[in-house]
Amino acid sequence: MYDSGKIIVGLLIFIALVTFPFYNNIGKVNAKPELKLDTPEIQKLPEQERKCVESKEFMRGGHMQLLDDWRDSVVRDGSRIYTSSAHKTFNMSLQNECMRCHSNKKDFCDKCHNYMAVKPYCWDCHIAPKENKS
Amino acid sequence: MLDKALKGSRGYWGWLFFLMGIMGAGFLAYLYQFKNGLGVTGLSRDISWGLYIGQFTFLVGVAASAVMLVIPYYLHDYKKFGKIVILGEFLAISAVIMCMLFIMADMGQPMRVMNIFLHPTLNSVLFWDTVVLNGYLFLNIIIGWITLESDSKGIKPPQWIKPFIYLSVPWAVSIHTVTAFIYAGLPGRHFWLSAIMAARFLASAFAGGPALLIILALLVRKLTKFDPGKEPIQALGKIVTYAMFANVFFLGLEFFTAFYSGIPAHQHSFHYLYAGLDGYNKLVPLMWTSSILAVVSLFLLIFPSFRKKEGVLAFACVSLFISLWIDKGFGLVIGGFVPNMFERVTEYWPTIPETIITLAVWATGFFVLTVLYKIAVTVREETAGIEIEH
Amino acid sequence: MSINRREFLRLAGVSALAGVGGVAVFNKLQNNALEASEFTAGPNALNAKRWAMVVDMSKFKTPEDYKRCMDACHSTHNVPNFSNPKDEIKWIWPEKFEHAFPGQENPYMNEETKEKSFLLLCNHCDNPPCVRVCPTKATFKRKDGIVMQDMHRCIGCRFCMAACPFGARSFNYRNPRGKDANGQPLIKEENAAYPTRTIGVVEKCTFCTERLAVGKLPACVEVSNEFSKGGLVFGDLDDPGSEVRKIISAKYTIRRKSEIGTQPSVFYVIGGNDYAIVPEIL
Ligand code: SF4
Ligand code: SF4
Ligand code: SF4
Repeated sequence: MYDSGKIIVGLLIFIALVTFPFYNNIGKVNAKPELKLDTPEIQKLPEQERKCVESKEFMRGGHMQLLDDWRDSVVRDGSRIYTSSAHKTFNMSLQNECMRCHSNKKDFCDKCHNYMAVKPYCWDCHIAPKENKS
Repeated sequence: MLDKALKGSRGYWGWLFFLMGIMGAGFLAYLYQFKNGLGVTGLSRDISWGLYIGQFTFLVGVAASAVMLVIPYYLHDYKKFGKIVILGEFLAISAVIMCMLFIMADMGQPMRVMNIFLHPTLNSVLFWDTVVLNGYLFLNIIIGWITLESDSKGIKPPQWIKPFIYLSVPWAVSIHTVTAFIYAGLPGRHFWLSAIMAARFLASAFAGGPALLIILALLVRKLTKFDPGKEPIQALGKIVTYAMFANVFFLGLEFFTAFYSGIPAHQHSFHYLYAGLDGYNKLVPLMWTSSILAVVSLFLLIFPSFRKKEGVLAFACVSLFISLWIDKGFGLVIGGFVPNMFERVTEYWPTIPETIITLAVWATGFFVLTVLYKIAVTVREETAGIEIEH
Repeated sequence: MSINRREFLRLAGVSALAGVGGVAVFNKLQNNALEASEFTAGPNALNAKRWAMVVDMSKFKTPEDYKRCMDACHSTHNVPNFSNPKDEIKWIWPEKFEHAFPGQENPYMNEETKEKSFLLLCNHCDNPPCVRVCPTKATFKRKDGIVMQDMHRCIGCRFCMAACPFGARSFNYRNPRGKDANGQPLIKEENAAYPTRTIGVVEKCTFCTERLAVGKLPACVEVSNEFSKGGLVFGDLDDPGSEVRKIISAKYTIRRKSEIGTQPSVFYVIGGNDYAIVPEIL
């Protein structure tokens, strides 16, 4: 078609625009976020019991899936107790259980979420623990 | 063929930019609503649906009415509609797009709209409405596009499009039936809980939609070199007349049941709409305007000698369209919520942001319609002399 | 340009997850953990086949009594106080007889009933229209009869509000965590153990599922026991020995709009004798 030249130019501009953030960031190094685990509640635990509900490795990549399963179980099935693969039981509650230990949302949840630029809507409803530090 | 929409007169571009201006204003108003919640509308705990859902309901009817051209043309071989059937299909496309925008505007959590498909719920009428509306949009896009493309090349449309065309007939009926079921299946909403609701919806749709088409066809003739022809417009006029008569008749049936039975709960909403209830009467002037316009338009339509004059026909169609717009796009939805579940009256009136958003959705619809009609009309102008046969 | 970097990372993350490799890794991680794990109800959880409530307004003497029940519910559940009927959210509230039971009133009925306020809440209907219409199953019925809201899933279409014949549902027209016209927070004091809701979702009474799960009665019932015995009674409608069944079989109770067939699980004691003979239970 007689317009094809224009279309191709248009497409090229479009591609250039949408990939702009990518090449704009080439060469910029971003420090990995350091997550803080020094909350009073965690400190209280004896060294060998300082473990999350599941392994660190699983939690790192799978906590969102776990929370998703928890929420469906609690809200929809009414089952609120989680027995972990290590046979420990937990109250499935983001607000009352996870955040009991991780009372430092800003240095824990937010750090990584900001780095990954994800904005989970958990906190629109769930009340975050009170923190003094900004 | 899209390139045909890119070459137009000054008036054409002016009109499109005008519409874009309204769309822009509506977009800003929507951002405001998105941030502050539906609290910026006139909606309340008691009247939880309003202008948006009313417009949605009304426009589903407009979309369904394309079938009033498809049936005579494809099923009864009424050749005269050959030139304008495309106008009906394109009107349906823009109407369905408006419907979807109104649904989005009405949603409290629009970002989660995909939940409807992630958790499909077969017992929810709203789920089915989403399905049939999307299907209808798809059907009309391919039918309209393929037939027009063939026309522009001066060939017959491919055979495989026929099943889609036949399918579009029951599908059109289904979109409006399912939309009526949203209302007609709710216990405790006596105004809506009526077996005749779907029939009423279809009757008003088959009056209002073709009336709009007549107006559009007359406009097309005035503004372009394409003449949809006198006869098809007269034929549409007949359809409008019968459908409007059925619509008024059905409304009469509702009145009879409510008032002869004497059941108070069945009368409350009618009281509210036409006379006021407990001293609340915000909608009364509107509803009477609608009734008077309905009578006037019906009077002008019933006598062939009036109807034959295109000026009179246009006037009748405009009155009829406004009448139905008030009745279905506003009164029907609000009336169902008054009185509330505690037999108290809360009133509703749209706010300014709500009105701007509504206007902007209409502007978007007209934008799509203008572009599509521009394409169709250009094709028609180019093939003016050729006899079209589908 | 950090926003752009974030945006990009987000997109990259999403596409990586969507990619076959991403999904496989993800599933593997997930399965490893879930193999041995399980979800159960707590040891103290209260169970029933069909939870129900009996409301005996004769046990409510002063406006204070009503207020205590309402406050108990609304403060436990972080229900915002909008103090205007347009945006209002309420889970439990009082209505006069003619508004609670429209169509049941007559001009000659006794003043006391006529003037009495009845506490209204979601009826947790056995045949709930709100559940029937919800396009996402955000409103659903649990095995124990409780009609529950999944706030994570609600799209805010408000079909359920049109469908509920009892006006039991409220929509978050505005941000419940916001402030009112006087700059006061809408939720006076947040209960840190319970979530709030977000803008654009529908909410209502949940029969305190979160309390039943740990062996407690609903908040409103618990408070009512402090000033009256039997003002609000909660129990299993399916269990002939339960207190709710005993009351229902001994006294004259009505349900709201029972003629439309939703089968409410909230019963209102209208009259009858405290000492009526309870039929022998076989
Ligand atoms: S009272 Fe309304 S919200 Fe509650 S279960 Fe019945 S229909 Fe649903
Ligand atoms: S508003 Fe929410 S709960 Fe109600 S019908 Fe829509 S999705 Fe379901
Ligand atoms: S049962 Fe619980 S949620 Fe329902 S009204 Fe009582 S306190 Fe509120």
